[in-house]
Amino acid sequence: MKDLIKRLVEAYGPSGAEDEVRALIESELADAMDDVRVDAMGNLIAHKQGSGGKRIMVAAHMDEIGLIVTHVDENGYLRFARVGGILPGTPVGSRVRFRSGAGADAAMGVIGHEDGMEAKADGTWDKLFVDVGATSKADSPVQVGDVGGFVQPMADLGNRLVAKSMDDRVGCAVVIAAAKALSDTPNDLYLVFTTQEEVGTRGAVVSAFGVEPDVAIAVDVTPTGDYPEAKPKSVSLGKGAAIKVLDSGMISHRGVKDWMVATAEERDITYQLEVLDRGTTDARAIQTSRAGVPAGCLSIPTRYVHTQSEMVDMDDVDACVALMTALLESVPTL
Amino acid sequence: MIDLLQRLSDAIGLSGNEGAVRDILRDKVAPHCDDIRVDALGNLICHKAPESDIDPQAWPRKVMVAAHMDEIGLMITHINEDGSLRFGAVGGIDPRILVAKRVVIGENAVPGVIGARPIHLTKAEDRKKVLAMNELTIDIGAKDKDAAAALVSPGDYAGFDTRFQILDETGLRTAMGKAFDDRVGCAVLAQLVQSDYPFHLYAVFTAQEEVGLRGATVAAQGIEPDVAFALEGTICDDLPKDEDISPVTVLGDGPAITLMDRSFIADRRLVNHLVRTAEARSLPYQFKRAVAGGTDSGAMHLAGEGAPAVTVAVPARYIHGPVGMISLADYEATVALMRAALETLQGGVTR
Repeated sequence: MKDLIKRLVEAYGPSGAEDEVRALIESELADAMDDVRVDAMGNLIAHKQGSGGKRIMVAAHMDEIGLIVTHVDENGYLRFARVGGILPGTPVGSRVRFRSGAGADAAMGVIGHEDGMEAKADGTWDKLFVDVGATSKADSPVQVGDVGGFVQPMADLGNRLVAKSMDDRVGCAVVIAAAKALSDTPNDLYLVFTTQEEVGTRGAVVSAFGVEPDVAIAVDVTPTGDYPEAKPKSVSLGKGAAIKVLDSGMISHRGVKDWMVATAEERDITYQLEVLDRGTTDARAIQTSRAGVPAGCLSIPTRYVHTQSEMVDMDDVDACVALMTALLESVPTL
Repeated sequence: MIDLLQRLSDAIGLSGNEGAVRDILRDKVAPHCDDIRVDALGNLICHKAPESDIDPQAWPRKVMVAAHMDEIGLMITHINEDGSLRFGAVGGIDPRILVAKRVVIGENAVPGVIGARPIHLTKAEDRKKVLAMNELTIDIGAKDKDAAAALVSPGDYAGFDTRFQILDETGLRTAMGKAFDDRVGCAVLAQLVQSDYPFHLYAVFTAQEEVGLRGATVAAQGIEPDVAFALEGTICDDLPKDEDISPVTVLGDGPAITLMDRSFIADRRLVNHLVRTAEARSLPYQFKRAVAGGTDSGAMHLAGEGAPAVTVAVPARYIHGPVGMISLADYEATVALMRAALETLQGGVTR
């Protein structure tokens, strides 16, 4: 499992450029599912034929936050706009990798700040730039429109892992592991690896329309409130799979939440209930698809979300895989 | 081409009241379409079938090209006792641009001015302040409330009173007028409809883009296109700057291709197809160098099971104000690029 997570988190895949992640997941799932397709928005939809159960959609997003180049100046420095919610204060000193529109590796760079050592994390972005080692505009290997993804190798701290893009590659890993662990199920399963979640759950909008599920579960990370002086939150690292009650974009369907809780208790899986005051997931988009879908969310507790060092606990990850597998094997009565 | 642009720019059609613009466009495109209809939100949907049967393997089969008819402006909310009019904004308006501008109100185009106290009566510190929209009124010269009510009603739309004119005939070939966002896109689309394509073309002149892509949302749900293009008049801030910071677009540098804005991320296959087409035909193009604003692509790419989408725009200085400026060379290059890109779309973009 650690190896799968490592390969997923180290892959390049800012919103709209998820190809590398998609190829990785497709090869992982080839044997476990009946058929796999890619829709117009780039969502990977893996299907396993059912026999009289429910049509269940599971969504985990492939994309990560990143940046897009808006200008190359005369000295070869790049100005950029954010792709998704990069946090103020986190980017300076970060390394980024660019791929050109054609998909070939283009360049590495480091993010700098005009104010150098006096730089303040005041939420302004126009003083930041990327240095790709070029000395002139003509010399720059990166062009306007190229998309940059953060670079950060995963660190294995024993029972805990630190990496960029745990949001939401660890969610992808949970769904892949559950698909592989699955014994027979009567449910018609659609495991959807979505695109463009970080810019507004866009991949989930169209894939939910296409799948038209009876029930849906998003799998995503959730921030914890357990580090020094943290604002108290319902979820802590290492306390088990988090079953979402609500976030700022969605209230979980009561029946789906109860199904998740009952299944966890039945199988003796450690869980905690999640109430999140800020942020949302693909479940928000799926819930309001067509005439509405009963939806819930399984969350992996994660520290330092939207930084380049997001931390998860392997006990939580294992609990999430066990719960996801059990849910897919059981037919919900909502 | 210029005559149509002039008529479209001069017409007044704010979000939710696009009739005057729609009438001009319907007359222009109807002879070239197989069927044409107006939907519940006021979108003008023009369908043009391919001349011969489509190869069943060919893709895309349905292409939607959208340009929005509506423009930003004002709506009368109240008539004061003294006959002056209170108003609110329709779409995104910076209140700083409003003072002392001429407007025309309602179906009968009642003229008025957004009144401003003359310099003789203002203090130096007053002149440093921005007047908020609720501190401004429109003066239509009426004696009192009854006299004003005989001419206008709350709910009437007020548009900027601006006439199209050509400035520079040779260099940048600049033209000045209002509502180039997005009448220049409408003019481009009206030209494109005149050509034949090997797929079903849905040319949609959309309603209510400026208040949240509302027309395009329902039009795209109805059409479920395989590929979608939005045609726009977009931000152009190419005036001199102190720093080496890129302008969003430059007037005269050709059509601007959007890579990402607040409403969508452009499909790279379509971006690459446009770039290849421009280079093959020696047509100018530029990228829009800011992640700002939203376009009908934002609605179209999320319709049904989704569609690849891209926005192509004519750079327009001073958009969302009473007077804008474009280059007619950019306008013509946008028509040429889009026509060539559509003609080579099948085979030029992989599914």
